[in-house]
Amino acid sequence: MADKIVLEIARYAPDRDEKPSFQSFEVPLRKEWVVLDALNYIKDRVDGTLTYRWSCRMGICGSCGMMVNGEPKLTCATFLSSYGKNATVRVEPLRYFPVVRDLVTALSDFLVKLQKVKPWLIRNDQPPLSQGEFLQTPEQLDLYKQFSMCINCTLCYAACPVVGLDEDFVGPAALALAQRYNLDSRDQGAAERLATLAHPDGIWGCTFVGECTRVCPKHVDPAGAIQQYKLTAALDWVKSFLLPRGHEDAPREAGHD
Amino acid sequence: MSESTSNSSKAKPSNEAFLWLLFSAGGVVAAVLIPIQLFLFGLAFPLGWLPQPRYEHLMALVQSPLARLYLFVLCSLPLFHWAHRFRFTLYDGLQVKHLNEVIFAFCYGGALLGTVLAAYLLWSI
Amino acid sequence: MTDQTVLDQAARPEFHPRWYRKRLSTWWWLGEWHYLTFILRELTSISVAWFVVLTLFQLRALLHGPEAYARFAARLESPIMIAVNAVAFCFVTFHTITWFNLAPRAMPVRMGGKRVPEFLVAAPNFVLWIAVSALVAWLLLRTP
Repeated sequence: MADKIVLEIARYAPDRDEKPSFQSFEVPLRKEWVVLDALNYIKDRVDGTLTYRWSCRMGICGSCGMMVNGEPKLTCATFLSSYGKNATVRVEPLRYFPVVRDLVTALSDFLVKLQKVKPWLIRNDQPPLSQGEFLQTPEQLDLYKQFSMCINCTLCYAACPVVGLDEDFVGPAALALAQRYNLDSRDQGAAERLATLAHPDGIWGCTFVGECTRVCPKHVDPAGAIQQYKLTAALDWVKSFLLPRGHEDAPREAGHD
Repeated sequence: MSESTSNSSKAKPSNEAFLWLLFSAGGVVAAVLIPIQLFLFGLAFPLGWLPQPRYEHLMALVQSPLARLYLFVLCSLPLFHWAHRFRFTLYDGLQVKHLNEVIFAFCYGGALLGTVLAAYLLWSI
Repeated sequence: MTDQTVLDQAARPEFHPRWYRKRLSTWWWLGEWHYLTFILRELTSISVAWFVVLTLFQLRALLHGPEAYARFAARLESPIMIAVNAVAFCFVTFHTITWFNLAPRAMPVRMGGKRVPEFLVAAPNFVLWIAVSALVAWLLLRTP
């Protein structure tokens, strides 16, 4: 008799339910199966209405993030066998996000916040193509590489209590990605990002709980990025305080009405 | 949310940065200097584990200018560390953000009061 | 339409299916061990403030003369004060340990192009702490 495992899955249909409820499914416990495999099994063979996001099933697209037994996890990277035989595995949508349906969360707020920090290379000048590509040494790459590993899976948002407490908090991934660009030697946009970052809803909302770093599947260490930027912003404040006229003006945002 | 760039030509870092610097400085002072003094005066001396320093010895120590400065820093900066940390604990732990101004005044006001008291006492000793 | 209006509409569109949004309970920090240790770490600031208050009273007692200081020292011997200070001492030590372990995250140290591991950055702080504590203790305990 093959081993089985029970999954307790949060179900929510906005046209039918006031709030989510749990439904249990029994699933074969295969040695190499991850939680995502169990969800796919259920959708294929038991209940086709189960709704969830997934894509690459190898931990790089960031789509399949869910709460598994109360922990934010990539379901494609969480083995069923780690929960033991005859265990019950509770699967819920990522915490602190509105739930659209079943295990699907609404990410539009996150995308707005991500866009606010301008996670792209900002240049004050545009060197001509004839000058060739920007060169970067391995040491310069090392400064920001860790923060570039983010796959936008938003597990860190599900882990951060400030995200849950304050709707306007920009959040770990967005702040880490801003820092990824601030530290990139090719970027000249640090001053432009300052207003969004050095703001009560930006880095100053972070109280260094550190949960974001703990749950990150790509070891980005957003908490570290934020604390580093706090120090940068603080030193920047000191400079602007001591040299109010000598402090460089931030470039005006192009096309801002 | 209003954009700061619409008001000024340069984006100035928020004044939170200053409060965070005070918090950090206070945190270092508290981390290095408080445990031993609390251990000695709060536990070791009252419980008799170590001999109590005599009044004259303490006064001689405290009255030196270096000691006055040391004690001032020891009393002031950790209070600002408390102010900042406690303020956020009240925001997050108790979710009383609507009492923003009251909390701010209580915390930093308290730290300022303690600083002034320390200055007065250390000046007078 | 400005960029901001477009962004606002994307975030909270006017006509959309009802989303379920759970409100965070006041006791959110009891829900998980890591949240609880975080709050305990934050609460160490109360013990820090308590120490300063104690020190201010101590300075005042010193100012008022040997009898006043003797009364102050006697008050510290009561069981309640011992208990309070024992708890406070645990908290401030917890502050020290967590502070030195976390501080390197704000200041990554690089030598020869590579990042120095965090415990190597934290270790000198602990050494400094022990050394300074020993110095303070010696200053207080020596009989001239």
